[in-house]
Amino acid sequence: MSKPDMPFIHVKNISSSYGDRVVLRNINLSINAGEILVIMGGSGSGKSTLLRNMLGLKKPSEGEILFNDLNMCLANKADLFKLRRSMGVAFQGGALLSSLSVGDNIKLPLRQHTDLDENTISIMTRLKLELMNLAGFEDLMPSELSGGMLKRAGLARAVIMDPKILFFDEPSAGLDPVTSVELDELILKLRTAMNMTIVVVTHELESAFTIADRIAVLFDGEMVITGTVDEIKACADERVINLINRTPREIQIDAEKYLKRLTEETV
Amino acid sequence: MSFECSEHLHYKLLHLTGEVDLSNSSEVRTCLLDILNNGHSVVVNFSDLDYIDSSGIATLVEGLNIAKKSNLELLIVAANGAPKQVLELTRLDQVFTLIDSIDEITE
Repeated sequence: MSKPDMPFIHVKNISSSYGDRVVLRNINLSINAGEILVIMGGSGSGKSTLLRNMLGLKKPSEGEILFNDLNMCLANKADLFKLRRSMGVAFQGGALLSSLSVGDNIKLPLRQHTDLDENTISIMTRLKLELMNLAGFEDLMPSELSGGMLKRAGLARAVIMDPKILFFDEPSAGLDPVTSVELDELILKLRTAMNMTIVVVTHELESAFTIADRIAVLFDGEMVITGTVDEIKACADERVINLINRTPREIQIDAEKYLKRLTEETV
Repeated sequence: MSFECSEHLHYKLLHLTGEVDLSNSSEVRTCLLDILNNGHSVVVNFSDLDYIDSSGIATLVEGLNIAKKSNLELLIVAANGAPKQVLELTRLDQVFTLIDSIDEITE
């Protein structure tokens, strides 16, 4: 699928903003085929925006994102559709449709995008439910699942079409440690058996260090470092050290502006 | 992907080559179910199979179910590399009868 010696996904000099607020500045990132890349950073560092840019849900204000040779920012609808069919996305809360059963949620992409026989679709769905330790939950409604189950059901739907690229937003958030470890193991298995390229956004250190081939650390919309787990652990940058040591950020304030913000429009 | 159907002893031999995925698994399904519905046991040869996705695996599972209900056999021969890993990931290596070589089959 990907040419040797060439990044599979290539993020080139992208900047991204919401109105006047710039949330990403000059981001460069290469992701190789079959690699698990973890994007890390604190809240507000821009990691979710970078994910939205890569998914094509938000167009960067500058720069380009290449999937092999295809420039996502310039691609026509047909190419974009084809590209998106090769992607799976597992959203933070599972993002299941509340009016459909778990099974029907997972079957949805197959029913929408393929002509497969309903028997095949059912077996594929049950295989994925087995894989996610959700066997027997097919007929339940999403509201009847726990947070961890919702996340695994969301992952089952994300991989139902055996995507070449899986994007996973905060897999461990809100999960107990055991479920979190199980999910990490599952991500590693998916990569090995299905040769998926996996991009995970997380702020969970343990999870990142377990699954990542490489980690990209974002801070205030800038890429601080991209490297292996050992390289990240050895990084001397204070922002990375603080992230690893979970040191709270010291917020530098402009006293005058702060007072103005607090007192604006008051008597 | 291509596939060929031949005979080996009293089995039909379904030889899969290349990649079985969403775009072509329906063809494999038609052929496999046709063989089983005609009362033949089948050996699916993986030796030249580079990749099989869930739709291909689901097709084999459906075939195995039909075979068992009809007192027939569905064997997989020479599963290696990625296809074998997919079977292991889904624990189907414990469900299918996997054999290393076609020579292991006797009358």
